[in-house]
Amino acid sequence: MRILRSEDRWSVGIRPDAETRGQGDKGLTVQYETFEHQADIGIRGFGTTVDEAFANAAAALYSVMVDITRVEQKEFRGVNVTADDKEQLLVEWLNALLAVSDIERMVFSKFEVRIEENRLAGTAWGEHLDRGKHRANVEVKGATYHMLGVRQENGRYVAQCVVDV
Amino acid sequence: MDPRTLTKINDYCWEIPQTGDMNVPGRIFASEKLIVEMDEKVREQVKNVACLPGIQTASMAMPDAHWGYGFPIGGVAAFDPDEGGIISMGGVGFDISCGVRTMKTGLMKEEVLPRLERLVDQFYNRVPAGVGSEGLIKLGAAQIDEMLLGGAEWAVKKGYGVKEDLEYIEEHGRVDGADPSQVSETAKKRQYREMGTLGSGNHYLEVQFVDEIYDEQAGQAMGLRKGSVVVSVHCGSRGLGHQIGTDYLRSLANAAQRFKLPIKDRELASAPITSPEGRSYYGAMSAGINCALANRQIITHLVREIFIGVFPEGRVTMLYDISHNTCKVETHAVRGKKKRLFVHRKGATRAFGPGQVDLPPEYRHIGQPVLIGGTMGTSSYILAGTEQGMEVAFGSACHGAGRAMSRTQAKKQWHGRDVVRQLEGQGILLRGHSYSGIAEEAPGSYKDVADVVDAAHFAGLARKVARVRPLACVKG
Repeated sequence: MRILRSEDRWSVGIRPDAETRGQGDKGLTVQYETFEHQADIGIRGFGTTVDEAFANAAAALYSVMVDITRVEQKEFRGVNVTADDKEQLLVEWLNALLAVSDIERMVFSKFEVRIEENRLAGTAWGEHLDRGKHRANVEVKGATYHMLGVRQENGRYVAQCVVDV
Repeated sequence: MDPRTLTKINDYCWEIPQTGDMNVPGRIFASEKLIVEMDEKVREQVKNVACLPGIQTASMAMPDAHWGYGFPIGGVAAFDPDEGGIISMGGVGFDISCGVRTMKTGLMKEEVLPRLERLVDQFYNRVPAGVGSEGLIKLGAAQIDEMLLGGAEWAVKKGYGVKEDLEYIEEHGRVDGADPSQVSETAKKRQYREMGTLGSGNHYLEVQFVDEIYDEQAGQAMGLRKGSVVVSVHCGSRGLGHQIGTDYLRSLANAAQRFKLPIKDRELASAPITSPEGRSYYGAMSAGINCALANRQIITHLVREIFIGVFPEGRVTMLYDISHNTCKVETHAVRGKKKRLFVHRKGATRAFGPGQVDLPPEYRHIGQPVLIGGTMGTSSYILAGTEQGMEVAFGSACHGAGRAMSRTQAKKQWHGRDVVRQLEGQGILLRGHSYSGIAEEAPGSYKDVADVVDAAHFAGLARKVARVRPLACVKG
């Protein structure tokens, strides 16, 4: 996996200074949430597009690990992943972010995703982990296929899975 | 689960009859009470595993079984490569070889109490733990491969611990079959800075004392008596193991499709043992086991250094080290015939009975120590493997209490600070890297480990030797 860094900004395929999607107020009451699961925890992102739902699912993932409202968007990293279908693509996207976080000791709070067929180009903005400042909670070991789904519901997209903590 | 829907073999063994696509029956080792509390999803998952090719005897669930990914947590299944048997990432999980290691200290509770606070503060400050923690040693690409091949043996060669430690680890601290070339670069990079770290979630470092001995002879062989102080650590293979899980979840899910395996659930990501994909996963997963063993060995070294710093009169020696999430090649009897099988234990431990050559000489007549972790407020147990367990469950037993409520619910119910105060009232010092993490791990959010241990004992999987209670706990 190649991680794209802030200095490679134009190779990411998404202009990092482009209008933010998935985080802006578009009249949605909830952009992401976590849901209960016996041993672990589920994450769920909503959006008016699949791209936006994937971006918000990533926000949900990081909300399990840290208080993402305290994560400043100082740097960004880009990842590219492919998969056989949308569901697997969601798992690949989230797991690619977890790998970047582990390798670079970074956490993220803003995400942008562009999906073309079964390829995803994603960008995540954040900073190096500061356990006190970010109120670190628990590590996530991996995104799983458990309760995995990407679907349209009441006119908006929902992307979800259970993550192993 | 409604016990009336199961066939009762005896008070502690219940069968899911072989129907439909199942190749073998399902078998749950639990008391009626535990069966009633058990998630209906366990039945579904046990049945799904029973449908996998090459499975032997039965698809099993240990007394603490609960809803997992693919396999239930507490799931045990053995596959024969000569009968088209498979290897499954869903039978191992993300935290490869997560396990418990218990060390003896040579001291009694009364001797430790006066300096307990100093000890736990040093553990908290010096043993790297929590989200994003970094180990004291950093590895590069070449050293990572040596570590993946050598496991705890590699760590001892590097000066972390002593040679005698290795005898008290399953397979002497190093599994054969590890193939670092099957581990992705991403997985290796994730481990550069994570050697000798505890992690977070349910991982812990605990100072405990023996408060009950059930089996004098076995207790004596393990060097335990009432009041003995031990230190236990629960942790796994860190970022490297998680990434191997991630990488092979995908590749084995795809392989299962390609080989047209009768997979009922994508999370059972599997490939035939003898296929290139199956061999590749076995090599990577074995490397993951070695990583976990090396990790616990480095932590042992730190624990020893810190303990002796505070208690120069003490002596930290190994009791035993067990692994939970593994697939191991072992020889077991199936219908009277000895077979070489790939035994998956997902959230379950190996529990070899007496006479097994893998055990150190002083345990060979009593069976393998089985370390079962409780919660930070209650107790943990030390059991010993049995011959019956070898016959009925491929020498396996349960691994812990299992959660009774979700992390979200636990956080709603308790505040981390209150949990710390409450435990302090019970004489248990708690240090944690995250208050919300502590709330999620509050003792009340777990099932009663005593019920699970009793079920394992009466089912004959392993017999009770000692109960230990926490004096101090560091949570990741």
